[in-house]
Amino acid sequence: MLALTGRMTVKRLRGWGLLAAPGILFLLVLFGWPLADMAILSLTTPSPSNYAVFAESPVYLDAYVTTFVVALVTTGACLLLGYPYAYLMHTGGRTLALILGFFVLLPFWSSILVRTFAWSVWLQDTGIVNTTLLDAGVIDRPLPLIRNALGTTIGMTHVLLPFMVLSLYAGMRRIDPNLTRAAMSLGASPLTAFRRIFLPLSMAGIYAGSLIVLVISLGFYLTPAVLGDPGKPLIGQLIVEQVTGQLNFGVGGALGVVLLVATLAVVWAGTWLVDLRSVMGYEE
Amino acid sequence: MTTTRSAGHLEVRGIAKRYDKVSAVDDVSFRMAPGEFLTLLGASGSGKTTTLKIIAGFEAPDSGEVWLGEQPITQLPAHRRNIGVVFQNYALFPHLTAAENIAFPLRVRGIGKAERAKRVRHALATVRLEGTGDRYPRQLSGGQQQRVALARALVFEPQVLLMDEPMGALDKRLREALQLEIMRIHRELGITICYVTHDQEEALVMSDRIAIYDDGRIRQVGTAEELYELPESVFVAEFMGESNVFHGTLDGKGKVGRLIAPRRPPITVSIDGPCPIGDGADAVVVVRPERIRVLRRRRGDSEPEPGRNILTGVVQDVIYLGSDRRYLVALPDGSTCQARVGAAHADPGIGRGDHVELTWDRADAILLEAPAAEREATS
Repeated sequence: MLALTGRMTVKRLRGWGLLAAPGILFLLVLFGWPLADMAILSLTTPSPSNYAVFAESPVYLDAYVTTFVVALVTTGACLLLGYPYAYLMHTGGRTLALILGFFVLLPFWSSILVRTFAWSVWLQDTGIVNTTLLDAGVIDRPLPLIRNALGTTIGMTHVLLPFMVLSLYAGMRRIDPNLTRAAMSLGASPLTAFRRIFLPLSMAGIYAGSLIVLVISLGFYLTPAVLGDPGKPLIGQLIVEQVTGQLNFGVGGALGVVLLVATLAVVWAGTWLVDLRSVMGYEE
Repeated sequence: MTTTRSAGHLEVRGIAKRYDKVSAVDDVSFRMAPGEFLTLLGASGSGKTTTLKIIAGFEAPDSGEVWLGEQPITQLPAHRRNIGVVFQNYALFPHLTAAENIAFPLRVRGIGKAERAKRVRHALATVRLEGTGDRYPRQLSGGQQQRVALARALVFEPQVLLMDEPMGALDKRLREALQLEIMRIHRELGITICYVTHDQEEALVMSDRIAIYDDGRIRQVGTAEELYELPESVFVAEFMGESNVFHGTLDGKGKVGRLIAPRRPPITVSIDGPCPIGDGADAVVVVRPERIRVLRRRRGDSEPEPGRNILTGVVQDVIYLGSDRRYLVALPDGSTCQARVGAAHADPGIGRGDHVELTWDRADAILLEAPAAEREATS
């Protein structure tokens, strides 16, 4: 069995398969090796005692907790904003889908740095949102929109929303439009048809989009650094501080390895959830 | 006499629907008696599926009305019409088992669990699928999926069932078996069925009446026999079975008309009976191949028997089909005429190159107006 699989793999690598070789090599050399190096550094510079930082200071564990909370809230926000958006793209006809799709992709064409600083212009105490509300007399003190978890979440949601929308939209596209019609012909109101048929069938897209957004959220650095609470850093910020601030590659590596393991655990749990689809009979 | 309208009485009145200035359905009307099996027959894109969507409530017509019994349902949303629909691709809910699929219409109607289970069992028995209730659609064969879809559309006892090419994806054998199954269910439940297909044979086998669609309009509605024997247009004549179509100018003299084909040398076809088309008008005569007799040509001038039309020609080909023989005969004007003779009457000696006489009863020739496009082209 194993020999057979091996032979098939070799067979596939000949011919057109060889075209993938540069890509595979690129990943191995420029991604795989640094990753392994990070793990090695965490154990050898100077010793595995790097991992003791978790016992020494609650800062790191706190940062992981904050990171996961922010990531989960961001994922939830993306889902809440993205689902109706994707649904409209799916049901609103081709022209509307094109227009909405264009606006989803628009952020991809501008730098994340520019967008993040643009948010700080909007959200700071003397920013557009607060001055407008103050001038209108709605509030008498600026709202704390920046330098806290809210600012981070807003910024990250903005960056990650397209990933969610595109995943959801792709999932919805796979749903046969006749199913909703069938449900209605069988007596289901549009709302019931959505709740009983469309929503369960779009779960695949929900899982996929949530997983992508959650995983990317866990590694965010730039947005929390600009918009977040300096007193409650996310883990990405702590790693950067260890590596570039204190040149402590050992501890930085250890934090990275723990983040990697935690992320893989999330992905694994996520794949397990997504596999539920086939149990639910969705898999073609 | 006033007609009593019972619940399964479906009527479509002058519905029209356009998509981006293209007319999908144009002034379509028909009336179905309760328990009738009506087939909408036509090529793809002829408007039959759009008609079905309008009846089901998936699409709103631009104009016209749909009535069910005493009630206009044009404004009623799909889920309140109580019309069963079977889709071409079955449209089974992939995340529900066969039994859950069938229970769905009962669930949304708030029917209790015990009653639901009973009726699902009964529905599965009706379509002969006992014991497959707990399987998911993807675990069922195409034919089984079709039966589940049928059971699901019947379980809430709708008065009307719409079926949109329900056998398009099945192979011929399975299709024939399911045709009989649907006919049995139709008979047993006495349900009104509006069925869409592009398969002429399927329509002939199953329907009480057939509506022939062409380019968004119904050309003719009638029983298979009416459509075959008394087509109202060349389109319907050619759509239903094989036919010989003679185009020409009418030379009407009282009751008996003569059609003279424009090509040289002209051939003449005589028609019996009343002639609704005026003298000198362009017209068409349709003769079914099985109405034509083929005889070896006698020496001298051929005199037709009284009341019969006669043409002479040369046999191009004889095709042996077991139960009958098909002759392709070249006429003097260069066109080809087809005749089909039953085994009991065929002269096996007639072969390629033989000179023959083609004769038919004048009453069997169907006189029709020339199609509009042709009239314009020749005038």
